[in-house]
Amino acid sequence: MFTTVGIVYILVKESVVFFQHVPLALFLGDRQWTPLFDDAHFGIVVLLSGTLTSSAVALAIAIPLGTIIAIYLSEFAPFRLRESAKPFLELLGGVPTIVYGYFALLFVTPLLQKIYPGLPGFNLLSAGIVMGIMIIPYVSSISEDAMRAVPMALREGSYAMGATKLQTALRVVVPAAFSGLASAYILGISRAVGETMIVAVAAGMQPNLTFNPLEPAATITTYIVQVALGDLPHGSVGYQTIFAAGLTLMLFTLACNIAGHLLRKRFREAY
Amino acid sequence: MKPIEAPLRREIQRRKRTQTLFAALGLVALMLGVLTFAALFAEMAWNGFARLDWSFFTHFPSRRAAQAGILSAWVGSTLVMLVTAIVAVPLGVAAGVYLEEYAGKNWLTDLIEINITNLAGVPSIVYGLLALGLFVYQFGFGQSILSAGLTLALLILPVVIVATREAVRAIPQSIREGSYALGATQWQTVRYHILPYSSPGILTGVIIGLARAIGETAPIITIGALTFIAFLPPSPLKAEPPYLSFEWLFSPFTVMPIQMFNWTSRPEAAFQANAAAAGFVLVLMTLAMNGVAIWLRYRLRSRIKW
Repeated sequence: MFTTVGIVYILVKESVVFFQHVPLALFLGDRQWTPLFDDAHFGIVVLLSGTLTSSAVALAIAIPLGTIIAIYLSEFAPFRLRESAKPFLELLGGVPTIVYGYFALLFVTPLLQKIYPGLPGFNLLSAGIVMGIMIIPYVSSISEDAMRAVPMALREGSYAMGATKLQTALRVVVPAAFSGLASAYILGISRAVGETMIVAVAAGMQPNLTFNPLEPAATITTYIVQVALGDLPHGSVGYQTIFAAGLTLMLFTLACNIAGHLLRKRFREAY
Repeated sequence: MKPIEAPLRREIQRRKRTQTLFAALGLVALMLGVLTFAALFAEMAWNGFARLDWSFFTHFPSRRAAQAGILSAWVGSTLVMLVTAIVAVPLGVAAGVYLEEYAGKNWLTDLIEINITNLAGVPSIVYGLLALGLFVYQFGFGQSILSAGLTLALLILPVVIVATREAVRAIPQSIREGSYALGATQWQTVRYHILPYSSPGILTGVIIGLARAIGETAPIITIGALTFIAFLPPSPLKAEPPYLSFEWLFSPFTVMPIQMFNWTSRPEAAFQANAAAAGFVLVLMTLAMNGVAIWLRYRLRSRIKW
């Protein structure tokens, strides 16, 4: 409880000081992000573009794969396989993100460069792909729990009508478990947006207004890391930018959580 | 066989084929996850293996890659984890037991519950910002082991609380009623029944939380941990009275993931081999911790029958 109050208090307090220096219109409207230069610009859009692009790549991988794995484990897989796959997926989710960052930079990027030779050493694509793989366990494990909570009677009813397992899975179980699936996706999105080390290591730290995943770009989280690695005096405008950036991030994930909550309420099936 | 059946049979065949295809797709997707993990592990083992020997663990980081080691990093990690566990375990267990056993059903409890769920979704780097503003500057703890430990404690608090609540909720009501029937107070019931019976479940949650904390990089970078530390924090044990010293709490430090981040971001291949070796050690540590937690849970599930 204290933590939330603390987070909001610190973020808002430091951000207020920041917005006294930089008007909100410039923060949202400017198309450049150079807070540490003499000619300082504070356009959060630049960082948001990097965040959204890498998250989009990650979700394009994690949501389909995570859902397929969940459907497979819950409806098709034999008991033994399911019981051994679940702990394994949990282990995959427990690998430190810095290790995934290392993997993205030194394994996935060279691999992608063989397919697409012009790819720069830092790029959003490989960071996004690895991030997607990192998120798969979160998505699949929550989705699977939701699907297993669907009562057996619904499946049996469907089988009795002559439906195959796949038809039952896609047309009966998935719609019935939709609220659970939605919260799994929302969790995946907030993971992707808040992910720090993978992008910091593999996507470079250059602010870059782009939606092209083949380019390097900084995300909101990367920027915070970059500032924290340097020596910025406490209380300077540069120091306060990271709190403004953090506030943006927090508002974004909060919006995701609220959207998830509403979705769950809207689509909750009562048995 | 009537002629109408032939197209029907074909349709059934077609649907069965799609189903088999989908099952195969599912297996492939699952294997993709497994293979990625195998590739990750093999890559690090391959690149880092040459560096993995005893001296890697007993040397400080150095400008010469071949002499660099992770002594200050693993000592730092251990000390930070110690602070985290000391802070997070009592707080988390107390909060979990309070919510399950004592709290009434009212709007405040609801608010706290929604809050804890939300906290689990807050990006870890935001905790780092909180710590930077609060512990480092407001409380003046500086960029110390204490700040880092407190930050990670806040981070894993929701994990510990949720695990405690689940473990406590799994205890059947009849146990509590039996205890009350013998004249025990609520505190005695908690102390002699609830806590002992839920402790394996709580322990599982604590281990998973700590495994997460040991790999967290972002919040610790945010509070400004130095990356080149070639000394150890002062020893907690002293030869003269009072024998215990808490100076180490305020010492600057480095931890395993930060050391690895530092090595990964250097261009020289020799340092990247160090990063691989450090990553290998780090993954083994988290795998071992998670493995213990999973094993504990399975054992628990099979042993306890109410």
